[in-house]
Amino acid sequence: MSSPEWKNPAIKWVDERLPVFSLMHHSTAGYPTPRNLSYWWNFGSLALFALIIMVVTGIFLVMNYTPHVDMAFDSVERIMRDVNFGWLIRYMHMNGASMFFIVVYIHIFRGLYYGSYKGPREILWILGVVIMLLMMGTAFMGYVLPWGQMSLWGATVITNLFSAFPIVGDFIVTLLWGGFSVDNPTLNRFFSLHYLLPFVLFAVVGLHLWALHAVKSNNPLGVEIKQPEDTIPFHPYYTIKDLFGMGVFLMFFLYFVFWQPNFFGEPDNYIPANPMLTPPHIVPEWYFLPFYAILRAVTFDFLWIIPAKLGGVLAMFASIILLMALPWLDRSKVKSCKFRPVYKWFFWILFADCVFLGYLGKMPAEQPYVIMSQLASAYYFAHFLIILPLMSKIEKAVELPESISAAVLKKSEDA
Amino acid sequence: MRKLLIAAVAAFTLSTATAQASGGGAYVPELKDVSWSFEGFFGRYDQKQLRRGFKIYNQICASCHSLRLVAYRNLAALGFTDDEIKEIAAEKEIRLPYGDAGALLNDDGEFFTRPAIPADKFVPPFANDAAAIDVNGALPPDLSLMTKARMGGPQYVYSFLMGFMDEVPEEVMHQKGFVLNEDKNFNVYFPGYYNSMPPQIMDEMVEYEDGTPMTGEQHAKDIVAFLNWAAEPELDQRKSLGLKVMLFLLVLTAMLYALKRKIWANVKH
Repeated sequence: MSSPEWKNPAIKWVDERLPVFSLMHHSTAGYPTPRNLSYWWNFGSLALFALIIMVVTGIFLVMNYTPHVDMAFDSVERIMRDVNFGWLIRYMHMNGASMFFIVVYIHIFRGLYYGSYKGPREILWILGVVIMLLMMGTAFMGYVLPWGQMSLWGATVITNLFSAFPIVGDFIVTLLWGGFSVDNPTLNRFFSLHYLLPFVLFAVVGLHLWALHAVKSNNPLGVEIKQPEDTIPFHPYYTIKDLFGMGVFLMFFLYFVFWQPNFFGEPDNYIPANPMLTPPHIVPEWYFLPFYAILRAVTFDFLWIIPAKLGGVLAMFASIILLMALPWLDRSKVKSCKFRPVYKWFFWILFADCVFLGYLGKMPAEQPYVIMSQLASAYYFAHFLIILPLMSKIEKAVELPESISAAVLKKSEDA
Repeated sequence: MRKLLIAAVAAFTLSTATAQASGGGAYVPELKDVSWSFEGFFGRYDQKQLRRGFKIYNQICASCHSLRLVAYRNLAALGFTDDEIKEIAAEKEIRLPYGDAGALLNDDGEFFTRPAIPADKFVPPFANDAAAIDVNGALPPDLSLMTKARMGGPQYVYSFLMGFMDEVPEEVMHQKGFVLNEDKNFNVYFPGYYNSMPPQIMDEMVEYEDGTPMTGEQHAKDIVAFLNWAAEPELDQRKSLGLKVMLFLLVLTAMLYALKRKIWANVKH
C-alpha cells in the first residue's frame, strides 16, 4: 500500500524525514481488515487497553508505595485512606489485573476456536503465548507487593517450586529470594521486576502487532483475505467498534471497582504478612487456578526418576509451553470451528475442562479433588497431544465459502 | 456466547459456594443475615450508627483492640466537630520517643507522655504485642481492616460477635476430633470454635443518647458498621462517584454504539 500524498507542508516535511504520519496511516485508514470480524475480535484491543490502564495506575501507585517489609502494607493502606483518590487508583490496579486476564483468556479462546494460530500466524500466536507468560510473571510479583498474608505465603509456595529442579533448584530459589526465605530482598527485587516487566510486555505487544499487520487478522470464517472486497479499512470501521467495546468493558470493569472491589481478592491479604503464621488455605489468584490444579495433580513419581514435585512443576510449565506448538499439532487445513463439526465440540469440552481445572485449583488438596484434577489435567494434555492431531486426520470439514465477500454477500441476501 | 456465560456462572457459583462450606469439613452454620445501610448500589453509611459504633469501640473494644490505621482526624467523617475530635484525642496519652524529652523515663520512673492530637492514629491499648499477649493470653487482633480481612466481611464479624454459646450444639459435639475446652470461649462461627475473647455483646452495654434501643443485636450491628467504616472509610465517596461514572459511561457507550451503527450502515458484514 502506497503512502498518501501529504498536502500539509509541515506534515509532508516531517513525514519525509520521519514517516510517522505514513506509519499511522498504514496502521489505521490504510490497514485492510476483514469485513466480517465479530465482537470476539474486540478483545485484542481491549487487552492493550487493559495493559495501558495497568501501567498508568501502576505508575501513580509507585509514587506512594514503599517496598519494604516493615512499610509496604501500611503504605498501601495510606494510599487507600490518605492519598487523594488513592483508593480509586489502587482498586483499579487490583481489579485491572483480573480484567486483563479475563480479556486475554477470552482472546486466547477466540484464537483457539477460529484457528487463529495456524499459518501464516504461527509467530503471531507464539508471541501471544510469550505475552501470557510475561503477564503471569508480572501479576504474580505484583500480588506480593502489598505484603499481606497471601502475598508472603503465595510467594513462598510459588518460588519454592523452583527448588524441584535438580542441581540448580536451590540456587534459583536463593537467587529469587535474595536470601534464605521470602523477605525484604525478595520484596525489593519483585518490585523492581514488577515495574520492568510491563515495559517488556509493551515491547512484545509491539511485536505481536507488527506480526499481525504483516499477516492481517483472521476472521470468523477462517478464510484468508483474497481480494480487496474482502476487507474494509481499520479506521473508521474498527476504531469505532473498538471504542464501543471499550465503553462496555469499562462499565464491567468499573462495576467491580466501585461496588465489589474485593470480589477477586483474598480476605487474608488484608492481614499483614506474618512469617510465623501460615494461613490455613494458601490459594493463588483466580487466574492461576487452572495451572495450580495441574501443578497439584501430579502426586506420584514419574517413571521412577522424576519426583512428584518436579513432575508437577514440569506439567504446569508444559501446559503453557505446549500452546506454542499448537500450529504444528493441529494439521487441519480448516481454521474456523464453524466448519469443523466434530472438533467444535472438543473445543467446548476443552473450555469446560479449563473452567473445571480452575474450580479444582481452589479446592483443598484432598480426595475427591485430587483424582478429579488428575483426570482433568490428563484431558487437557490429551486434547492437544492426541485429540487435536487425530481430529486433523479423520474429521471431514464442511465446505468452506469461496471468500469472505462471497459469504458476506450470501448472508445479506439470505437475510 | 450463551454457553460460555452459563459455564462461567456455573463455575463461579460452584467455587464460591464450596469455598464458604470448606474449612476442613467442620460444622459452620450459615452466617447471620443482617442488612446494612452501606450495602448495594446506593448504600451509604448511617452517620448516627457510626457514632454509636464508635462509642462502643471507645468504651469496650479499645481496652484490648487497637485500630492503628485510623486517625482521630478521620472522626470528622462521623460528624464530630474539630473541638470534639481534639477532646477525644486528648483523652489518650502517647509515649514520647527518647529524643523528645532527652530521656525515656521521668524522675519517678514513668514514661514521658503527651496527649494525643487529631493528627495521631488511634493510640493502641498496649505498648506492643508481647504486652498485649501477656495481659490477654492471646493477641487481640487489630480491628482496622477486620471486616475486609475475613471471609464474609461484616456479616462474619456480626455473626462472630453474636456466635458465643454456653452450650456446645449437637452438630459440633458429635464432630470427630472435637474436644471441649473449659478455659476458652466457644463460638460457633470461629474457625476451631474456641476463642480467647469472652462474649462481649449484651443488652445496654453502652448508653445510647439518640433513642436507639439498646439491645445486644443493635449494639453488635452498630459496632460492625463502625468497623466497616474503619476498614473502608472511602465507601460513601466510592459509591457516589461510581454512580456518576456509570451514568456517564452509559450515555457515552450508547452514543458510541449509535455512531458505530451509523458508520457501518452501508457495509455488509
